[in-house]
Amino acid sequence: MPDYTVTHLNQLESEAIFVLRETAAQFEKPVLLFSGGKDSIVMTHLARKAFWPARIPFPLLHIDTGHNFRETMDYRDNLVSEIGANLVVGSVQKAIDEGRVIEEKGQNASRNALQIQTLLDSLEEGQYDAALGGGRRDEEKARAKERFFSHRDEFGQWDPKNQRPELWNIFNGRMSPGEHFRVFPLSNWTEMDVWQYMKRENIPLPSLYFAHEREVVIRNGTILAVSEFVQPREGEAIETRRVRFRTMGDATITGAVDSNADTMDLIIEEVAAARETERGNRADDKRSESAMEDRKKQGYF
Amino acid sequence: MTTGEKSAVSGYLDMDLLRFTTAGSVDDGKSTLIGRLLYDSKAIFEDQLEAIEKTSEQRGDENVNLALLTDGLRAEREQGITIDVAYRYFATPRRKFIIADTPGHIQYTRNMVTGASTANLAIVLVDARKGVIEQTCRHSFIANLLRIQHVVIAVNKMDLVEWSEERFEEIKEEFRKFASRLGNIVDVTFIPISALKGDNVVDKSENMPWYQGPSLLYHLETVYIGSDENHVSARFPVQWVIRPHSDEYHDFRGYAGRIGGGVFKPGDDIIVQPSGFGAKIKAIHTMDGELQEAFAPLSATITLDREIDISRGDMIVKANNPPEVGQDIEAMVCWFSDKPLNGRGKFVLRHTTKETKAIIRDVKYKVDINTLHKIEDDLEFRRNDIGRVSLRTAAPLAYDSYKVNRTSGSFILVDPFTNETMGAAMII
Repeated sequence: MPDYTVTHLNQLESEAIFVLRETAAQFEKPVLLFSGGKDSIVMTHLARKAFWPARIPFPLLHIDTGHNFRETMDYRDNLVSEIGANLVVGSVQKAIDEGRVIEEKGQNASRNALQIQTLLDSLEEGQYDAALGGGRRDEEKARAKERFFSHRDEFGQWDPKNQRPELWNIFNGRMSPGEHFRVFPLSNWTEMDVWQYMKRENIPLPSLYFAHEREVVIRNGTILAVSEFVQPREGEAIETRRVRFRTMGDATITGAVDSNADTMDLIIEEVAAARETERGNRADDKRSESAMEDRKKQGYF
Repeated sequence: MTTGEKSAVSGYLDMDLLRFTTAGSVDDGKSTLIGRLLYDSKAIFEDQLEAIEKTSEQRGDENVNLALLTDGLRAEREQGITIDVAYRYFATPRRKFIIADTPGHIQYTRNMVTGASTANLAIVLVDARKGVIEQTCRHSFIANLLRIQHVVIAVNKMDLVEWSEERFEEIKEEFRKFASRLGNIVDVTFIPISALKGDNVVDKSENMPWYQGPSLLYHLETVYIGSDENHVSARFPVQWVIRPHSDEYHDFRGYAGRIGGGVFKPGDDIIVQPSGFGAKIKAIHTMDGELQEAFAPLSATITLDREIDISRGDMIVKANNPPEVGQDIEAMVCWFSDKPLNGRGKFVLRHTTKETKAIIRDVKYKVDINTLHKIEDDLEFRRNDIGRVSLRTAAPLAYDSYKVNRTSGSFILVDPFTNETMGAAMII
């Protein structure tokens, strides 16, 4: 009897490809949310595999907070031109300028909440009925019960008490006008799976993920990179540290970790030994115990 | 090479994957068991542990309450109950695990069914003091109905029965008597544990030297699941037709899908259901190159040696072992919706990648899942009811019995007006 065992990475890849194809087939106008972070990079790679040798049959949508790391933007533009994808940008700065959203004030203001409105506006403007995201169930406990096909009402809200059951591999993407879906092909992946997969597939990553010397300030226990958006406040000193980033978000809130891991193998070893979740250094999740659940209900990624 | 020598870098690349489900009520220690598996396998991070330490302290709990790790949503935390399926992940050097963590009370039968639908293995928790009770029966029935091939009866709270071998043996006997009425379960393993104290969860218990078997985690790591997938009847539901329209692939017409059973190879004679047209497989494509064989559950793209009309919802099957094709279906249904099913309901039916309409023609019986008795005098399906129905579909389905193939033997029923998923069904 031949051995038909399928390794966990092949099972996860195959499942994600299945979900991507279901999305293309069940919806009129899907879009892939591209943040420049590793999960959305893996998603883009999987989307290429799902439809190869054809091109990805939907655009990539980047919700641009205006607070970007330069490395992320360079990476995005190179990738898009290399694979011939169609890129759509939803700009938070533009939404602020046009008065559709009001910027938070105060010392710890962040554009995280404004991203939600810009995302919902962009989805409406483009008449997208399914937004593919890189969310994983292992990231945060409010995500542990998230579906692959997650229904959103006409206000873009998530109702955790009224989710559609998902059995086997049958996904119900039917909806009424004005509603949309968030789709999460990486639901069953863990952070370790994502790293293992990137290594196996030789997927290049933005340089920020690898350890490098950088000027930083320590704010509320979070290591923030000094940039045009983050300047030292009174009592804070600029230090140069060897750091890397574990997630790629708004430059004003995404914390770095001290690290010497400057290769994929070293990062994987570091992830294996890590004692904090990757969102552990996201200031936005620290606001309250159910911060993520509250943002998800409003329409966060 | 022993697993202990594997490094994180190379070791994880060849792991396999076990999906298991746990069902249990508030007080039988299920959350504590999962908390312990996650904690002892280091799937819990310091910030998560800090968060639950803080909460335990606020609530005045005596010890750190590992159960809090699995109570995700705020409504659940407030009410102290689990109301939905939650998925958890951990890995050891041998395997990656996906836990579908489901509530065990009868009013959450539908959640248990959902969790069981993708599982290879079910852990049924039995309180050593109470023995085999209605809940044990219910959980085993669902595992059996959903065709979970491996069941672990974890006899918990052994610390409260003085680690008694006699009590453990009694419970085994009680369960065996009852399980003889269930058909499909291939493999039942009994393990005496204490989730609270950690005995036989990860490490072998020193309190029960009479027990010679594996710890729960060792069993999860080593149980053989290689023959769980059906590798006999070849099924390929078409999801999407790939036509690149590029210079390089001008005439490429590939059928994209995920193999739902069996093995496909280039040169195989296939037929397309329900049309019945035949062809040969020309090649099996992936972005990484062509495959010499493809089997469940891999995603691939198939090209054929001639042009035939194939679209989403069709199924490519091997000519020597075709599925049934028809419009009259007998199935076991589990009802999910608040809106009851009275007699002849009309629904949208989703089976593999196909969507059609269906009408319920007849309700045969319902099952009392605590006693396994048939109910024939009350045929209204309310939420969480399970029973047998006859349906007629608007278009023919290519299907197998669920016992033979989970993919081609299952479907869901959707309300055409609200789009809600009303029920899930297993073809008889």
